[in-house]
Amino acid sequence: MTTLDTAPRTVANTYTAGKLPKWTSWVILAGSLVITLGIAVLVGMPEGEFNWILGLIAGVILFVFANWLLALLVEGGRQAKNRLVTSLVTGAFVLALIPLIWLTVTVLTNGFPTFTNGTFLTQSMRNVVGPGGGALHAIVGTLIITGFAALMSIPVGLMTAIYLVEYGNGKIARAITFFVDVMTGIPSIVAGLATYALFALVFGEGVRSGFAGSVALSILMIPVVVRSSEEIIRLVPNELREASYALGVPKWRTIVKVVLPTSIAGITTGIMLSISRVIGETAPLLIVAGFTASMNYNPFSERMMSLPVFVYTQYTQPGTDAQAYIDRAWAGALTLILIVALLNAIARIVSHFFSPKLGR
Amino acid sequence: MTAAPARITAKKRLGDRLFSGGALTAGALILVVLAGVAIFLVAQSIPAFLVDPSDIKGEPDSFWAYVGPLVFGTVWAAALALLIAVPIALGISLFISHYAPRRLAQGLGYTIDLLAAVPSVVYGLWGAGVLAPAIQPFYVWLTENLGWFPLFTPPVSGTGRTILTVAIVLAVMILPIITALCREVFLQTPKLHEEAALALGATRWEMIKMAVLPFGRPGIISAVMLGLGRALGETMAVAMVLSPALIITFVVTSSQNPTTIPANIALNYPEAHGIDVNVLIATGLILFVITFAVNSVARWAVSRRKEFSGAN
Repeated sequence: MTTLDTAPRTVANTYTAGKLPKWTSWVILAGSLVITLGIAVLVGMPEGEFNWILGLIAGVILFVFANWLLALLVEGGRQAKNRLVTSLVTGAFVLALIPLIWLTVTVLTNGFPTFTNGTFLTQSMRNVVGPGGGALHAIVGTLIITGFAALMSIPVGLMTAIYLVEYGNGKIARAITFFVDVMTGIPSIVAGLATYALFALVFGEGVRSGFAGSVALSILMIPVVVRSSEEIIRLVPNELREASYALGVPKWRTIVKVVLPTSIAGITTGIMLSISRVIGETAPLLIVAGFTASMNYNPFSERMMSLPVFVYTQYTQPGTDAQAYIDRAWAGALTLILIVALLNAIARIVSHFFSPKLGR
Repeated sequence: MTAAPARITAKKRLGDRLFSGGALTAGALILVVLAGVAIFLVAQSIPAFLVDPSDIKGEPDSFWAYVGPLVFGTVWAAALALLIAVPIALGISLFISHYAPRRLAQGLGYTIDLLAAVPSVVYGLWGAGVLAPAIQPFYVWLTENLGWFPLFTPPVSGTGRTILTVAIVLAVMILPIITALCREVFLQTPKLHEEAALALGATRWEMIKMAVLPFGRPGIISAVMLGLGRALGETMAVAMVLSPALIITFVVTSSQNPTTIPANIALNYPEAHGIDVNVLIATGLILFVITFAVNSVARWAVSRRKEFSGAN
């Protein structure tokens, strides 16, 4: 006679059998960090200071290794490799955050005291030796130069984008697309040199002016405007255009009244981002706009200071009181970052509030 | 026989003609500008190729002896930067496209894009004022312990302003562009390929190795080329960080570093006059040719990929 086996059978869950629990990695990470930081503290005790950076690095390396080894023993080679790659990929992301945070913190701490000292935003560097003075001439110069560059680039870039989407097909359009892409990669200093070469042919050797800076910047800015506007205009649904044509509206009025209003938010965002890209350009302005310590409101004559060049010259040509110059360089960098951040924020807000509402 | 019906054509209005003409002009203007850049550079460079070398600053044997170290430095710094940036950029793109939680992925992408928003002169300031002094002890350690390795031959630089520091700064600067492009490519991988790999029991890494990376290879290559183009042309970071010399050396931790074309222009241009200006413009022309070639190849790779992107 057979007896029923009444003992409760423990069947392992096939989905989790032979696998480490999900929290293992976190525990190993915490453990490794505690171990290495502890060692760092113990080693550093006699000198009274401990090397926490080295401890952190060693801890992460220990974690990656321990995580791999444990998975190799419990889960097998393939899973171990998977875990190793997961740690490395996550590590790469964290690694990229380090310079971002480090840079932001240093610019803020080094630049803030000078930025708020009262003279930085209200005075130029004319007749200033040592501390004091400010970057007003550079801020004004940057606004004028970038303003003129935008004034030239936006119409050209926008019209080119319209041509590529609405009119262009065939060889010319393909050539323009290709060369716009190539133009995106022109080194900024080459744009500066070419502009200088042009202006030198017309106005003679050694020419420097704010307007030449604007021309150099628009060489860099046009392709960015074209690319971003083109992508946005392509997104406008064809039904809208066809509806307009069906009502007998001419093509140009369709573009002005239907296509552009639909895509205006995206275009504005793209333009803002392109401005924020060229506003930080240093090399071309160093070459064609030169540098000066005085105010200059006239972009068509004489040298004109700009913020990036201000930062560069303050850092590379310090006077007798070097620290004052370096402080001003950091404050200039902070101003520049604030302007770029502001432009980016405006771009995001515009695209958030003014993009066409989908789905009625 | 009936006559063929007359083809109906839209009435050509003045506004239409003006508008299409304007659009075409703007497009053509771009071609003209690019041609102009090339022509003006060539026109201003010609004197430099013809001049007696002894008139050039530093009196090299020939114009090419002056350019040689600069070209070497430009390529060497960019290559080092790529060596650092590419693995990290691939890791970040994979993290954002396949590892990070879906909710966070877009925000994390923006965070990396922030690196691209920082002006290059700020990177230069940071690299020269903060990174170089911070990393100098590490170079001391490298030369003391790995000095037998040709890259780390002593003596070590006392300031940390070496080509390796430059390469690190450049790597940070080109990270966002490589990451952004690779991310887009990885996200385009056909979902069915990925799911097929996972359904066959592949781990996440095996799925990436079998489905994502082969699909994205042309995209990765062109992203790397674009990053290379950016690194070759970067000026201010190099000019501010590097302590330059006109030499050819592979040592990355010494105080004698080969400088790059753009940095050399930026450092010497403000004081240059006469034939030296033409020489600097000629080096700029060489840089233009190099980056033009690199970018064209990259764009060609991208456009070639477009035709094949129907891998699904």
